[in-house]
Amino acid sequence: MRFRAASDSALLVYLGDEISLQVHRRVLALLQILQQERPGWLINLQPAYCSLLVTFDPLQIDHSEVEAAVRKFASHLPETRLPAARMVEIPVCYGGEFGPDLQEVAVLHGLPAQRIIELHSSRTYHAYFLGFAPGFAYLGDLADEIATPRLATPRKIVPARSVGIAGKQTAVYPFATPGGWRLIGRTPLRVFSPEREPMEMIAIGDEVRFRAISAEEFRALESP
Amino acid sequence: MTSLLVESPGLLTTVQDLGRSGFGARGISPSGAADPVALQLGNLLVGNALGAAALEMTLMGGNFIFSEPAAIALAGSDFGATLNAQALDSWRSYSVAAGEKLPIGTTRSGARCYLCVAGGLLVKPFLGSASTHLVSGLGGFAGRRLRKGDVLRIGMTQTKFVERTLSSTALRILQPRNAVLRVTDGPQCDLFSAETVRSFYDGEFRVTEESNRLGLRLAGLALKSTLQQEMITEGVTLGAIQITPSGQPIVLFVEQQTTGGYPKIANVIGADLFRIGQLRPRDNIHFQRVSFAQARAAWLELQQLLNSGDTLFA
Repeated sequence: MRFRAASDSALLVYLGDEISLQVHRRVLALLQILQQERPGWLINLQPAYCSLLVTFDPLQIDHSEVEAAVRKFASHLPETRLPAARMVEIPVCYGGEFGPDLQEVAVLHGLPAQRIIELHSSRTYHAYFLGFAPGFAYLGDLADEIATPRLATPRKIVPARSVGIAGKQTAVYPFATPGGWRLIGRTPLRVFSPEREPMEMIAIGDEVRFRAISAEEFRALESP
Repeated sequence: MTSLLVESPGLLTTVQDLGRSGFGARGISPSGAADPVALQLGNLLVGNALGAAALEMTLMGGNFIFSEPAAIALAGSDFGATLNAQALDSWRSYSVAAGEKLPIGTTRSGARCYLCVAGGLLVKPFLGSASTHLVSGLGGFAGRRLRKGDVLRIGMTQTKFVERTLSSTALRILQPRNAVLRVTDGPQCDLFSAETVRSFYDGEFRVTEESNRLGLRLAGLALKSTLQQEMITEGVTLGAIQITPSGQPIVLFVEQQTTGGYPKIANVIGADLFRIGQLRPRDNIHFQRVSFAQARAAWLELQQLLNSGDTLFA
């Protein structure tokens, strides 16, 4: 475990140096311990691939005391049990107006577009964390054959519910935001809705699969 | 019930309070007032709790009409507001008659002005806060900036109107520090050469037009990190100064993304975050490095000021 001050009221806790399920399980376990213990000085927790950002009240505690407290909590990591992962299925209409970058991705990899769809929808992804925007889940890992760099120039607006890929990651955009991921399809479902509990379709630690659907099915499933 | 009619909304006017913290694991950044110190002092001037919801106006205010008599205060930058053709001072409470028009003009100082109303603005809270999160369209009034014709509800208030003005001591602490933002070392400051770090602290940066509540993009010297490959994405803090591959610094602000993969050279201290909310495009700033102990002392001083009760007022 490595610690790094991030600001005058935040400490980064690194539980490894690579993107792997093994390291990420340690992140999930430490997140779970801190969420259960809720020490009075804790303001916010931001998990990521191999780190947990711990924001604290600087009038109650300082960096070295937070580090000592986290080390103590982390001594329970080996015996911490994580709940079984939830399975989430996301219908996606690939290509066409919904996936304007699918053809280019196919050309970049020298594969037919249909093969890109098969490779993307035949895997189970792990939700590493939510970041960027409310409900935006970083899913991995993509098949090596379709790992694709980000767009050189990000789009000013990515339509909400677009399914994108970047590097070895894939995600669904909950809102119309700027974005540099390559768009290969769109889901008809709402990814984030404040009228629903849970509000987010995908939570950290979930297992996620994509199912290819037709444009007709997209229209039938489309939620407002 | 008292209501506030938006006759014209101004450039970018939203409902804000102190934001919602603790939802990082769901990808939700706190949002909240860009200048939370102004918001809190404005609320105190009208007898509200520190974190009551108010209107945040950006660069240019709007025209507002109250349905019943109301007590108001304008806090933050001076937007040249008038009542009955009389200029209104910032940092002072006023009573407004029912149906009286309150026109608020264009900034004469910084980026933001808060209109605080006794009783606070009533909106449906999202995750415990009235703050508008513009990017996701959540919270605030219908999740969006105000438009002409919007009608906002005002909370009940028991207290009688008291005319209050902020003390000169309080105003002194709020004075701009010659456009200096104090920072502490960022988590990747060692990914920058000593020379790059020196030019960061010696250099002057200009706030560009592409700055908003998500972040401030700065122009100035290009700062290159020694990073050989892409960083693994990690959680990022409010006020983090991240350096993009082109060398441009971005200061993450209240509607920030919650994770990021650019190296952070420094982080604005908690006690200076509210100053970011008053920076306008084309303002020049520079950064001053302080220790964590100094940052904590400055934060303590600010919190004590906000909680010093009646001594805040002249």
